[in-house]
Amino acid sequence: MKLRRLRVERTLLPVVGASLVAFLVVPLLALFAGGSASDFEAGLRHPLVGPALRLSLVTTSLSLVVVVLLGTPLAWALARAEGRMARTVEAALQLPIVIPPAVAGVALLLAFGRRGLVAEWLYPEGWSVTFTTTAVVLAQVFVSAPFYVQAATSAFRRVDPRLLLVARSFGAFPLRVFRRVAVPLAAPGLVAGAAMSWARALGEFGATLMFAGNLQGKTQTLPLAIYTALESDTRAAQALSMILVVVAFVLLVFVRAALRRSAERDVRHW
Amino acid sequence: MNESAGSLPVQARRAFVGLAALVWLALESAACERSEPAPRAREDALVVFAASSLRDAFTAMGSEFERAHPRVEVTFNFAGTQVLRTQLEHGAAADVFASADRRHMDELETGERVGAPVVFAHNEPVLVVPQDNAAAPRTFAELPSADRIVVGTSEVPIGRYTQRMLERATAKFGADFRSRVEANVVSRELNVRQVLAKVSLGEADAGIVYRSDARVAQDRVHVASIPSDINVVAEYPMAVVTGAAHPRLARAWVDFVTSRTGQRLLRNAGFTLP
Repeated sequence: MKLRRLRVERTLLPVVGASLVAFLVVPLLALFAGGSASDFEAGLRHPLVGPALRLSLVTTSLSLVVVVLLGTPLAWALARAEGRMARTVEAALQLPIVIPPAVAGVALLLAFGRRGLVAEWLYPEGWSVTFTTTAVVLAQVFVSAPFYVQAATSAFRRVDPRLLLVARSFGAFPLRVFRRVAVPLAAPGLVAGAAMSWARALGEFGATLMFAGNLQGKTQTLPLAIYTALESDTRAAQALSMILVVVAFVLLVFVRAALRRSAERDVRHW
Repeated sequence: MNESAGSLPVQARRAFVGLAALVWLALESAACERSEPAPRAREDALVVFAASSLRDAFTAMGSEFERAHPRVEVTFNFAGTQVLRTQLEHGAAADVFASADRRHMDELETGERVGAPVVFAHNEPVLVVPQDNAAAPRTFAELPSADRIVVGTSEVPIGRYTQRMLERATAKFGADFRSRVEANVVSRELNVRQVLAKVSLGEADAGIVYRSDARVAQDRVHVASIPSDINVVAEYPMAVVTGAAHPRLARAWVDFVTSRTGQRLLRNAGFTLP
């Protein structure tokens, strides 16, 4: 009886898993099935691609740096804090994931636009960040930071507090404990969070269009270029989408490997 | 380490049980809804695919049409013309297609996806500026003075018309008119409503949209007509879709839109008549 149950569970598990994998992968394969290698090449040569690809790589790198630099200490604080206030902040930080990106873009305009909530304080001379490359980065940080902060917070929470206590009792200062003990121990979670956050920034479309606009070389990232191409030529849009998927896949593998290596180096130094 | 790690699966299991209960409840209530007989007052459904800019006019026409045809229900799918075209090319079930652009319609006709189109409305591009911006241009000739100009991208109809208008204006106002305007273009938007949003929020100093769209934000933007020797008016063609489930009703709809009542409703929504 028990053995049969074991067998059923063993076969059931891969079936359940495989169905989700299929659901997620089939649309991506369809993107490639309809096109050929020459379509992909033509896509690469499409006039919208070069500047958009460059801009996407530059802006997502910048937003990843901002997210990790500001998000890591925040996640650490949230993981260590107790009480309702911290939980409320944590919940509020998830909101950018829930609201539709276009709404996020409107919210950014209403806050940081020329007539935004903090406009008089930010730009007394009437300038505003809207329609600049900086606005692209801000939109990406807005939509992608929650993914990193969430992953980093749970990663820090899983660090054994007794290890931190031991490090402190040996005379290490809190900052050193954080950098030499907490971060290396939480590294796998931090890496996963950073990769997810970066991927979200790379695919970001709605908030960017609303807050930064769509101008080649300045604010037109790859997703915006795809949407622009979609307006005139579905095949070109498909070719551009293939490029986005390939770039994202290669970079995700690369970013994860690089981040993991640097985390391992940290552990060895420690 | 073990203590904190050991408590996690319990939490996870609890969360999973809660989630499962929610899903079960949702399925249960859906099943209950389905078991009740749905009221079926109308026997036929006419499916109209229409460009987003027609939303207000066509929605009003839909109620009028249903009044005249008590057994018919009109269902709309409003989206950008290019999106609708893609859906039609992938076999979406529609009876009528109303396009904001001649080119897409002509290409669909060449591919025998639709019957012969009729032009049922014109939509005139206008200059919009934020209402409370004293420095904003008031006429098309002053457009180069605007610091931040937002136009449609040349892949969408409004962007193409804007390009052609700038060419015509260059012939009229001087050779550098176009380059002075384009130097101040801060964004090439993917649809008219995006252009309008940026102007009505005061983020841009000037934009070019259709008159029918400008009406939606008339309390926030100032609308200026573009001289007719420069302006490029958009033509809206409509056609019965090949293989429509309700070809007779579809033709009745086309007739209704081109009737006096239909044309009056279009005029109310800011369109001009062919």
